[in-house]
Amino acid sequence: MILSNDRNHLLSPLGAKITLAVLLLVAVLVPLLNLSVPPGSAFHVPTYVVSLLGKYLCFAMLALSVDLIWGFCGILSLGHGAFFALGGYAMGMYLMRQIGDRGVYGNPILPDFMVFLNWKELPWYWYGFDAFPFALLMVLLVPGLLALVFGWFAFRSRVTGVYLSIITQAMTFALLLAFFRNDMGFGGNNGLTDFKDLLGFDLQDDGTRAALFVATAVMLVLAYLLCRWIIGSKVGRVLIAIRDAESRTRFLGYRVEYYKLFVFTVSAMLAGIAGALYVPQVGIINPSEFSPANSIEIVIWVAVGGRGYLHGAILGAILVNYAKTYLTGAAPDIWLFFLGGLFIAVTVLLPKGIVGSLDQLRGRLPGGFKPKAQAKVQEMPGE
Amino acid sequence: MFPTRMVRALRCLVLALGLLLPTAALADLEGDLDGLREKSYNAKGEAVERIVAGGDERAVPILEAFLEGNLFIADQDDRIVIGEDSDGGYRIIDALTGEALGEVGKRDVSKIKINNKLRQLVKGSLGALTLGSKDPAARIRAADAVFRSTQVEMIPALEAAIAKETDATVKARLRRALAATQLAESEDTETRVAALQVLGEFTDPEVRTLAAGVLVTDGDGNPTEADAAVRAAAEAALKSIEEGLAVASLIANIFQGISLGSVLLLAAIGLAITFGVMGVINMAHGEMVMLGAYTTFVVQELFRASFPGAFDYSLLVAVPIAFVVTGVIGIGIERGIIRWLYGRPLETLLATWGLSLILQQAVRTIFGPTNREVGNPSWMSGAWEVTGGLVLTYNRIWIILFALLVFAALMALIRRSSYGLQMRAVTQNRPMASSMGIRTGWVDAMTFGLGSGIAGMAGVALSQIDNVSPNLGQGYIIDSFMVVVFGGVGNLWGTLVGAFSLGLVNKFLEPYAGAVLAKIFILVAIILFIQKRPRGLFALRGRALES
Repeated sequence: MILSNDRNHLLSPLGAKITLAVLLLVAVLVPLLNLSVPPGSAFHVPTYVVSLLGKYLCFAMLALSVDLIWGFCGILSLGHGAFFALGGYAMGMYLMRQIGDRGVYGNPILPDFMVFLNWKELPWYWYGFDAFPFALLMVLLVPGLLALVFGWFAFRSRVTGVYLSIITQAMTFALLLAFFRNDMGFGGNNGLTDFKDLLGFDLQDDGTRAALFVATAVMLVLAYLLCRWIIGSKVGRVLIAIRDAESRTRFLGYRVEYYKLFVFTVSAMLAGIAGALYVPQVGIINPSEFSPANSIEIVIWVAVGGRGYLHGAILGAILVNYAKTYLTGAAPDIWLFFLGGLFIAVTVLLPKGIVGSLDQLRGRLPGGFKPKAQAKVQEMPGE
Repeated sequence: MFPTRMVRALRCLVLALGLLLPTAALADLEGDLDGLREKSYNAKGEAVERIVAGGDERAVPILEAFLEGNLFIADQDDRIVIGEDSDGGYRIIDALTGEALGEVGKRDVSKIKINNKLRQLVKGSLGALTLGSKDPAARIRAADAVFRSTQVEMIPALEAAIAKETDATVKARLRRALAATQLAESEDTETRVAALQVLGEFTDPEVRTLAAGVLVTDGDGNPTEADAAVRAAAEAALKSIEEGLAVASLIANIFQGISLGSVLLLAAIGLAITFGVMGVINMAHGEMVMLGAYTTFVVQELFRASFPGAFDYSLLVAVPIAFVVTGVIGIGIERGIIRWLYGRPLETLLATWGLSLILQQAVRTIFGPTNREVGNPSWMSGAWEVTGGLVLTYNRIWIILFALLVFAALMALIRRSSYGLQMRAVTQNRPMASSMGIRTGWVDAMTFGLGSGIAGMAGVALSQIDNVSPNLGQGYIIDSFMVVVFGGVGNLWGTLVGAFSLGLVNKFLEPYAGAVLAKIFILVAIILFIQKRPRGLFALRGRALES
């Protein structure tokens, strides 16, 4: 894993420049080709592709948040899907309230599933979700708060390594079970769906879809820059030190748990934002997003792209999800074989991921770029 | 009940060996039945008495048919048959063998006639016949039937049966039936109060319903039972029954908890030893359990095809086969994948997760996505009815015993064998063990194989109580992790305590909080628990900074 040569510069690695350029280009080009080019043309991008790409970018942001903690602080969270889903539910609750009396039962206050369950009043935790700013605040606060509380308990008592991974998985599993319950007031098994509009714009409209796509791309760029900034800062240096030698860092006088807690919370908030952008584009959020299997899948996106590079996570998320879209359509039976094989192949044969392997290759080429400040990679010490 | 079952099993064996005993009984009954062909009602009465004296249970449906006028002699072959009305004729079956003989016209059979005196005799002796059956299980069935039907004419038969009954279980059932009949049919206050006192000794929801029935009030709040002494006795009986039932439900809860705990123990113990020795979490562990269950399915299919008579032993054969199959697969995984990820436990976790996906999909492709039918051998089906409110199923009891047996065997292996010694050494200090000449790679492979093999045996046990589907392992994996995290690694006692306490807590919370909330509560409790003890209950003590 390579540190940036000049830590004050956000765009120093070549991959970062390429990633940002591609993302910005896509953010402009895709909506343009969707809205301005007539449907008959070869260059026209259909709306479903726009939504699909938007979904990939949400996943890329989720992968980014996992890479921030796993790649730079050695925290392998197998429960990041929980933060993603919580952000999604916060956004879903806002969208539910926007339906108003257009639901099947026509109740102006209660969402359909509550009418169906014979509820008379809106539960207190649904208050305020009719206001967009409040919903946005919750998108950040709910995952952030959970991460803060959970992390405080976990890091304070020095739960590390596989133990931490298992516990994060238990966390998302507990949430999965909780959200499946009808009396939780989040739609139970079916989740939240049948959304109509966002800020007054129809969600089925091409323009809204394109705008959501642009918003996702822009948020991804911002999230990427935020992560780079954190990694490049002094805090980032300490985080990397924790990853490579946690005890040594502690003995040097750093309060390791606070650094971990900070980065874990930021990461959870990023995941929450990704979830909030995901929900209006796919049109549904249900408890299956909490399933432990989903959370483990996120980790493999990061591993495929290359752990500890940030743009590797983005690349990995998009590649694996494209393969998933393609394979589940073309040969559904093959998909799980492929995914399982990917887990094994990447961990055994390609431990640095695509970006890491390319970097290594580039370093070996005669006359190639050689990174000056290369941190000695010591994989997962403390185990 | 156990001796009863053994008697039954013995009988089956005798039957299978073709010995003469049941055949002789068959001949007896046949000879006695022939007496019914006689014209004279007196001779028929003597025949009925002989049949009852023979005590053969198969006579019951014949006598019942006789009572209802459905017993015939078929003209074609002179056999005694039971006929059922069908349009324009009778559907007849052989009275002795139960063999269906098709339909005949009304004129092709002649009815064996019965008169009122004979009817009375048959009615009385029917109860005596079943109550006096040689098979205790049949006597219990008869007593329970009387308990539910409460016919006043059965009282003398019950009293006679109680007088000569020697088996305590059967005797209790007979007394229950007698008391219920007396309570329902008798007019005498003293008899009814005594009957309620007898009923109060039983802990049984059905008896509670009976006692509560006495106390029912009508719409105006007036008791329907006029007799105050009987009402007081019913209240006392009800109280004692309910106390008994509370104890029974407590015991049932403990049993359920221990049963769940033993399942968790079987599933988690392999995980615990691989985690203890190698520091890796095997995410494909649940799939090893699943493969063990499918091995059972395959073995049973082979038995069904080749040795249907020995089906009861299929499970005994499946246990070692499942151990070997999953053990070999486990060694293959260790040599093929895990070895290359040495010192990278998080990557191992991911790779084994990938492997679990592949194994699940492979099983889905080969065996199909639906549940597979795995049968219970006869010695595992049924239940031990301790009292009416407390029923313990045999398969759960066997699984508890099996889990403890596996635990003891594993304990012995680790404590007494040289492999166990090496394994403990590697767990405590790998570099030191290696420098003392222990082949740590070999120990790793064997440990992984052992852990997987135990998972396979767990699969055999689980196939008896759960659906055998490709997702079988997924349902247990997170709970098994919790057991390992809670109990700590490096000490099997931790796994034992962890598994049983999780099982018990789960089952005791369920009635109050529901299954899902109980599970959530446990997950949260464990997350909080590792605040206090980050390495589990039974942590391995050492001087290592980070173990």
